[in-house]
Amino acid sequence: MPGSNQFLSRKTIFAFLAPAFILISVFLVFPAFWVIYLGLTDQALTGIKAVLPSFVFLKNFRVALGDRFFYNALKISFIFCLGSAWLGQALLGLVLAISLYELKGFWRNFVSGAAVLAWIIPEVVVAYLWIAFLDKDFGLLNQMLGAVGFSRINWLYTHPLLAIVIFNTWRGTAFSLLLFSSALETIPPAFIESAKVMGASLIQRFFQIILPQIRAILLTDLILITLWTFNVFTPFLLTGGGPSFRSEILPIYIWRTSFKYFKLGYGSSVSSILLLINLGFALLYLLARGRKKHA
Amino acid sequence: MPKYGRAVLLIFLTLIALWFLLPLLWLLVTPFSKEPSLGISLTVPTLKNFYELAQAKTALLAFKNSLIISIGSVALVVLLASLAGYALSRSEFIGKDALITLLLIFSSVVTGVAAMVPIYALCQKLHLIDSLLAVVLVFSAGFLPTAIFILKDFIDRVPRAYEEAALVDGSRGTDLFGRIVFPLIGPGAAVVAVLCFVNIWSNFLVPFILIRTNRKAPISIAIYQFFTEVGIPRIGLISAYSLIYALPVLVIYFWVSKKYGFGFFGGLKG
Repeated sequence: MPGSNQFLSRKTIFAFLAPAFILISVFLVFPAFWVIYLGLTDQALTGIKAVLPSFVFLKNFRVALGDRFFYNALKISFIFCLGSAWLGQALLGLVLAISLYELKGFWRNFVSGAAVLAWIIPEVVVAYLWIAFLDKDFGLLNQMLGAVGFSRINWLYTHPLLAIVIFNTWRGTAFSLLLFSSALETIPPAFIESAKVMGASLIQRFFQIILPQIRAILLTDLILITLWTFNVFTPFLLTGGGPSFRSEILPIYIWRTSFKYFKLGYGSSVSSILLLINLGFALLYLLARGRKKHA
Repeated sequence: MPKYGRAVLLIFLTLIALWFLLPLLWLLVTPFSKEPSLGISLTVPTLKNFYELAQAKTALLAFKNSLIISIGSVALVVLLASLAGYALSRSEFIGKDALITLLLIFSSVVTGVAAMVPIYALCQKLHLIDSLLAVVLVFSAGFLPTAIFILKDFIDRVPRAYEEAALVDGSRGTDLFGRIVFPLIGPGAAVVAVLCFVNIWSNFLVPFILIRTNRKAPISIAIYQFFTEVGIPRIGLISAYSLIYALPVLVIYFWVSKKYGFGFFGGLKG
């Protein structure tokens, strides 16, 4: 644009950009690269290796690939994602959005309001709400199940993975619900009405009218919630990863090896694997968005 | 829709809504209960749990720390992001859009979980472990890319005519920003402030990694420690504390949903 620099000199532009960019470079960009370097050392949290770490090249990665707890964490993370992000948040969000589409008014506010409430309350609070809810002796869930004749179950102990999957579905469904609700609003109502008049069943209407219209949003949603779910730390507050590592998702594994076992170098190598996974999802997201723009 | 179909649908929706609300019931009942437990114990309402909380020094200190962290970060993010957003909006250089996209990629890829180790190591090198400043800087860096993106978008829509007029009066850089542009982007700054506040106020992981002593702990850490400390957890105090802690977020929730509807929350968290 001609003359667009007329308000601000180059010096001013530079001075306005500098503080934000310095902060971002030091505390966001630098750590992302430094973690790769740290992952190649035997840096420790305390002791001599905290001050004078040595370079060990790919040893940490070899150790990780030979550690059954690493595979365990990958597996648990995968099940956690599949269960709480895909089958949980996305599917439930879609079903709810479609159910609420024709109801509007009170029902939409009631259900969306409840879901959003679960989504915005601080994570420490919701974690302890669920510890109370699932408690073996006093918890509301066991009280209700007991009233209809079931015996008490120590949910967080006997079914830790199921518990954090259901917890995380409860926690995060609001995002998918809101996204799909707004996507459904963009479908011309005449499409759905005329399909109804022609006698299309609910299933036919979903696959032939709704799905093609919201496919791009569905893809965006899946990529985003998968990325977030892979990086969520809240289950730590519910189970601490246990009992005996049965709910140890990758973030808890990174925390345990780095801060409980003091192996910062090793934790860094696993962190850089997680960073790569995240980068993959981010690029997928850009690709999906780019395709939508061109379509 | 056939009649019984509608009934089934409404029963399904009621059950789902109950599932969302039942775990929250504890937060509504226990802080006012005379016999607080992990169960739902309905008694004559009492404020004794709040009195107990008011006596707990760590709890009050943590409240102050949380306020310092959240307000400090929000102020820093709004100021730096509007300056940068203004500069980006009123300048043209090759790769400008790519730069903004790159920053957004960094902010979504470099999550607290993926970067907890290098951020800890960095703060250790800078002698910033157990410092509220470190927490503020880490949060600010994390939210700046999104904030710059939102505010640049807002400033793009501010007509340049105002600045042209001020330019004739002899105003330059800082004046243009402080007197003309900043007052006009109030709504954008409010969106950024709410977005940052809700997320930073609620965050557990960053202070969990960077804060080492009780004296510096924000509320999220204090509640975690009250719950995990040896002995019987003081359930009454914890529940009252949780409610007070959730209150600012709940107030924002009711205010925003009343004013803009629930759709607005789509952009608020993440």
